[in-house]
Amino acid sequence: MAELGPVLEVLLGGLMSGVLYALVALGFVLIFKASGVFNFAQGAMVLFAALSLVRLAEWLPFPIAFLVTIIIMIAVAWAIERLVLRPLVGQHGLILFMATIGVTFFLDGFGQTIWGSNVYQLDLGIPASPWFLLESVFPGGLLVSPIDVFAAVIAGALVIALSIFFHSTKIGRALRAVADDHQAAQSVGIPLNRIWLIVWSTAGIVALVAGMAWGSKLGVQFSLSLVALKALPVLILGGLTSIPGAIVGGLVVGAGEKLAEFYIGPAIGGGIEYWFAYVLALAVLLVRPQGLFGEKIIERV
Amino acid sequence: MIYRETGQFRTSYAEDQAIFRLRQDKIGIAVILAIAWVGIPLLADEYLLRAILIPFLILSVGAIGLNLLLGYCGQISLGTGAFMAIGAYAAYNLALRVPALPLLLDFFLAGLIAAAVGVLFGLPSLRIKGLYLAVATLAAQFFADWAFLRVPWFTNYTPSGSVTAPALDFFGWVVDTPLEKYWLCLAFACLTAILAKNLVRSRIGRSWMAIRDMDIAAEIIGIRPMTAKLSAFAVSSFVAGGAGVLWAFVHLGSWEPLAFSIDMSFRLLFMVIIGGMGSILGSFLGAAFITVLPIFLNQAPALVGIQLSTAMVSHLEFMIFGALIVLFLIWEPHGLARLWQIGKEKMRLWPFPY
Repeated sequence: MAELGPVLEVLLGGLMSGVLYALVALGFVLIFKASGVFNFAQGAMVLFAALSLVRLAEWLPFPIAFLVTIIIMIAVAWAIERLVLRPLVGQHGLILFMATIGVTFFLDGFGQTIWGSNVYQLDLGIPASPWFLLESVFPGGLLVSPIDVFAAVIAGALVIALSIFFHSTKIGRALRAVADDHQAAQSVGIPLNRIWLIVWSTAGIVALVAGMAWGSKLGVQFSLSLVALKALPVLILGGLTSIPGAIVGGLVVGAGEKLAEFYIGPAIGGGIEYWFAYVLALAVLLVRPQGLFGEKIIERV
Repeated sequence: MIYRETGQFRTSYAEDQAIFRLRQDKIGIAVILAIAWVGIPLLADEYLLRAILIPFLILSVGAIGLNLLLGYCGQISLGTGAFMAIGAYAAYNLALRVPALPLLLDFFLAGLIAAAVGVLFGLPSLRIKGLYLAVATLAAQFFADWAFLRVPWFTNYTPSGSVTAPALDFFGWVVDTPLEKYWLCLAFACLTAILAKNLVRSRIGRSWMAIRDMDIAAEIIGIRPMTAKLSAFAVSSFVAGGAGVLWAFVHLGSWEPLAFSIDMSFRLLFMVIIGGMGSILGSFLGAAFITVLPIFLNQAPALVGIQLSTAMVSHLEFMIFGALIVLFLIWEPHGLARLWQIGKEKMRLWPFPY
């Protein structure tokens, strides 16, 4: 039992950071499901949203700053849909992917140009000192950061809200129809452009939530944009089209990399968190190319 | 008027299969080569050679490497920087641990090692494509970053992690002045361009293009996807590894793993997109563009009297690169190379309307 305490703590920490990965991956999945675009810019959107929020909150009350940021993210979504996606409609997925790499660079540069490139503290009013759980069971208890718990609760709420949105509203049904078949959806009168705008806006809001969670943990700075790179293997692991997949993938990656660091990290030089997620994703790809929960890829000639 | 093929008949197969078939093209390439080999060395100062021309030539080689994979075989790679790093560190370790080998052989073996690793990370391409493959190649990037940072054997246990290349001694010819380095890079760039151009016109290059255009159809007409894809990964990584060796040994001299981070991969990707996917000329144009643009952005505001902070310039650079990528993908997916081609078409008629 003496060994179990630290392991559980590592596992818990991993699961919590996995939730944060899942938050970013969720934005990817939303857009991929509805428009078939692999949105590399999700990380840049996270950074942009967090920067906007933190700078606006300097001279606006927090709730208003939050609302203004949501409006900004919708504007960004509109601009991306109008200026990038619409001219590229019907292009190969690879071209769209590379276009979103361009969007990434643009948003990174743009965000830092107008909002500044220092490290900003984002204070959500959550106590920073860690909690100790189950002190009676383990000596010293389990160390848990309140921010992580907060992020986990938010992520859970977001997933439930999105599931309800996707399954029980008219727009949600339209979104699923578009995801299934663009042309068929259009032919029954679903306005594609408006749907895409809604999806990108939703992804923008998810990015804002992810930005708040990450920003309060790491500070709002350029490295938030790189969080997206960590979310990619999560996505591959869970399957590109599955919202539960993103969550499970995030948890697996978060817990896996922390445990791997704990057990085999010291033996081979440490820092394996850096690539562990990728290698895990690669291994899954070789066995299940569509990811754990993805739809089977069917090729037609 | 200037660029007309009228009256130039190709009377033998050899003439018909030449790379440059028109007299104007032959004269043009001869002039460019003469300027590159003789003119620039006579005129250029050390700054121009060091800061612009040498990086441009090396990155052209790297861009050709990526272009073979992305532009010709349609397999996206975000890990070109990793293959460059593997080439650089392989050459460093070979030179360090097997001093008997001549440097040129080191370079070649380093390329082969990069190719082997490229094939290893290309293996998933047999089962996955497009976006999934992008993630698989990112894995190569992160793994290489980590390995060269954390495994001290690769960097010969130097405490800082940065390593210094040995003197560039090619069978007694010691390359140490900027001009000699320029010639060396130019030689490698010309060699790579010729090899790549001929490779893509050959059976193997055509099989790559068939895979790129439609892999299932290619398979049905008898192209082995495995051979085609893995050979593309091998050749591309070989060339990228060579570019990495040059970048480390000739341009940087001493370097640390960060020199080959994901930024390098993205830069090469941008060169290929802006220069033109599926064009050797485009690799050079893209490399020139991406090398010169940051320098221009640094100098231009000062010329018109605006003072910008360094941070601002780097953000502007991000924005301009991003916007350019999107614009090129929308308006001219074949990049600068295609613009050049359109220009040539126009020159056939100019100055007459038709």
